Amino acid sequence: MDNSRRKFLKLAGVSAIAGIAAPAAFNSLLKGEAFASGGGSGHGEDKAPTGKRYGFVVDVQKFAADKDLAQRCINACHTTHNVPDFGKDNKKDEIKWIWTETFGHAFPDHSQYKKNTQLVDLPIMTFCNHCDNPPCVRACPTKATFKNADGMVLMDFHRCIGCRFCMAACPYGARSFNWRNPAVKNEDGSYKYIRRPNLDFPTRMRGVVEKCNMCAERLAEGKQPACVDACRPTDGIIFGDLNDPNSEVSKVLREKFTIQRKPALGTKPSIFYII
Amino acid sequence: MIEKALSGNRLYWTWLAILLAIMGVGGLCYVQQFNYGLGITGMSRDVSWGLYISQFTFLVGVAAGGVMLVLPYYLHNYKVFGRITILGEFMAVAAVSMCLMFILADLGQPMRALNVLLHPTPNSILFWDMIVLNVYLFLNIVGGWVILNAEKKEVPPPKWVKALIYISIPWAISIHTVTAFLYCGLPGRHYWLTAILAPRFLASAFAAGPALLVICALILRRYTAFDAGKEAINKLVTIITYAAILNFFFVGLELFVGYYSNIPGHMHTLDYLFFGHEDGGVLYDNLVGPMRFSMFIGMAATIALLFPKMRDSYCKIGWLCGAIFLSLWIDKGLGLVLGGFVPSPLDYYVEYYPTAIELGITAAVWATGAFILTVLYKVAISVKLTKEA
Amino acid sequence: MYDKGKIITGLIVFVGLITFPIWYGFGSAGHLPNPEKPKNAKECVEAVDYMRTSHMQLLNEWRDDIVRSGGTRAGITHDGTEYIRSLQKGCMKCHTNKAKFCDECHTYTAVKPYCWDCHIQPKEAN
Repeated sequence: MDNSRRKFLKLAGVSAIAGIAAPAAFNSLLKGEAFASGGGSGHGEDKAPTGKRYGFVVDVQKFAADKDLAQRCINACHTTHNVPDFGKDNKKDEIKWIWTETFGHAFPDHSQYKKNTQLVDLPIMTFCNHCDNPPCVRACPTKATFKNADGMVLMDFHRCIGCRFCMAACPYGARSFNWRNPAVKNEDGSYKYIRRPNLDFPTRMRGVVEKCNMCAERLAEGKQPACVDACRPTDGIIFGDLNDPNSEVSKVLREKFTIQRKPALGTKPSIFYII
Repeated sequence: MIEKALSGNRLYWTWLAILLAIMGVGGLCYVQQFNYGLGITGMSRDVSWGLYISQFTFLVGVAAGGVMLVLPYYLHNYKVFGRITILGEFMAVAAVSMCLMFILADLGQPMRALNVLLHPTPNSILFWDMIVLNVYLFLNIVGGWVILNAEKKEVPPPKWVKALIYISIPWAISIHTVTAFLYCGLPGRHYWLTAILAPRFLASAFAAGPALLVICALILRRYTAFDAGKEAINKLVTIITYAAILNFFFVGLELFVGYYSNIPGHMHTLDYLFFGHEDGGVLYDNLVGPMRFSMFIGMAATIALLFPKMRDSYCKIGWLCGAIFLSLWIDKGLGLVLGGFVPSPLDYYVEYYPTAIELGITAAVWATGAFILTVLYKVAISVKLTKEA
Repeated sequence: MYDKGKIITGLIVFVGLITFPIWYGFGSAGHLPNPEKPKNAKECVEAVDYMRTSHMQLLNEWRDDIVRSGGTRAGITHDGTEYIRSLQKGCMKCHTNKAKFCDECHTYTAVKPYCWDCHIQPKEAN
């Protein structure tokens, strides 16, 4: 008698715990609460997330008109963020936050058959799409890469373990890994691979992943991202809040036909291109 | 019980000394990698995972393969496997240990590895992989050791250990399923983005794991007094044959979907792996030879195993199992992981060649696995032989 | 007991060796750290005692708050002085000399923070 009662109590206790805890855990998974680092859940639906969502419109024609514009953008970004340069011949260790691609590589799933010949050499500015539904954030095992409240996909370099799962996950090739120490110094104390260091921004250490941070540090000071500023006076890259109907990006997006990179993957990129 | 590993003949000590020497050289290689960074390997911005992760993936399969002994013995009371179940469990221990070492070798910041526990992230498959692998390691060490110890003392094993064994059966499936999820859940990598990846992983695992077991059993038979028994070996060979058939069937399904659908993204990696890709006058085909060789010897050995004549001597069985193991090692230990990166998501073809340092570290991890396996097998067969004597 | 002499001698040598660091520096505290205080400011962002024991936690909190939670970069002390919550742009604006401030205690206590692997220290004025 005693024995069976004890068994019953044990069983009842275990099922009570399972009955209460399991649905709660399951619900929180369904609602995405446990996915503290994750983005929206949508696959293809166009519902706008609430709050801010920063995004870019890249006007490719502006870059076609001014051949140096792309390089100015790249230089502005890379000097602002102390991105090392290991030389043109070293593709293996290359680190880039913003760079140019030809149309075929930036949009590999768009047919170029019998297309406008102007497209062939057109430089397309490519950088992190700050996806609304970022696969890199889903993949990261430590929340070292995460989406913040303003829709920026950011890196916490202090936390990155260098597993490079995010690099495999990113469908846009936007992520670079520090295969070697980027902050190596010459004998005179200057940086070997960072030509003009920005003393207000850190460098990185080897073994962590990095990418475009949407100039979070400049936005905090009320400035525009460095690439956007570098395009002045043209509107080569327009930046703003996609959720604010009065922002410049929103106006441009309403008026012009734009495309995103690989929209079929459901990542919901925040960069729009006027071709 | 561990003291059994401390006495052995000359061959045993020579073998351990060779392994230790390889581990030492690899350790020096690792010091170099630790100081310089992963740039010392052949990995690049485009092929960001290389030999370490591909070996890891393959070895998860070898670890899961041990269940092909545990399951028939414990669930179906197939007595013939009773004597060698422990070999399967200890192989799983060695293989999972190697997996963990390969992951550590691949981290850019190994000192921060425990961040995975400090900041648990349930939406990351790597987080779950870490959990299932460590639990599987625990289940096999404890299960194998406790049962072996009970056998040595000639008492029945404690009841709770049975529970661990039963859990370890679905758990073996889980480790390879979760490892497949690492790959097949990523958008933009067409070669991996296939629902059949987990079944394909499991089929190759249930061929490669037991194949290695058969080879080990034959080596033990040759150099020690321990004989797994003809019936057990034959049954294992049957399992290997059907698992290998399934594996190649799945490979065929991938080829059909890719080429019949004619969707470029689905064909690009297959083209690169089996035919090579030409771009701007450059031919990218460094995996074509190994992949064709893998398919050829794998299928030839599998077909051969279907004929009783080819199974009538241990020598033939050993070679055929070796061929299947090698075939699957190339297919999964090289082609699968590297193929996912070529072409890159931006449609660039960048090829990967491991460096000497990388090969040294890889060899050292394999040697460490072999060391663990040797010591555990030494203990196991010493117990078995003393009891039987 | 066999080999009594050898064992006891061995033990003495062993104990002597492992306690070497204790008796080697016995009685002297070595070079005491004396971090150079900034000349242009009297107070730090928190009380001196707190800063002495917990500046590393404070830096971690700043980082997590600013980088992860979108927290403000502007800080204000209890007496109303404004500062920037940043190692490079905040702390180092007053504590301009890493060697004479940070390294003093870090060397003494044998800790090697990895801050300077990435964050750029101010050019030392000398």
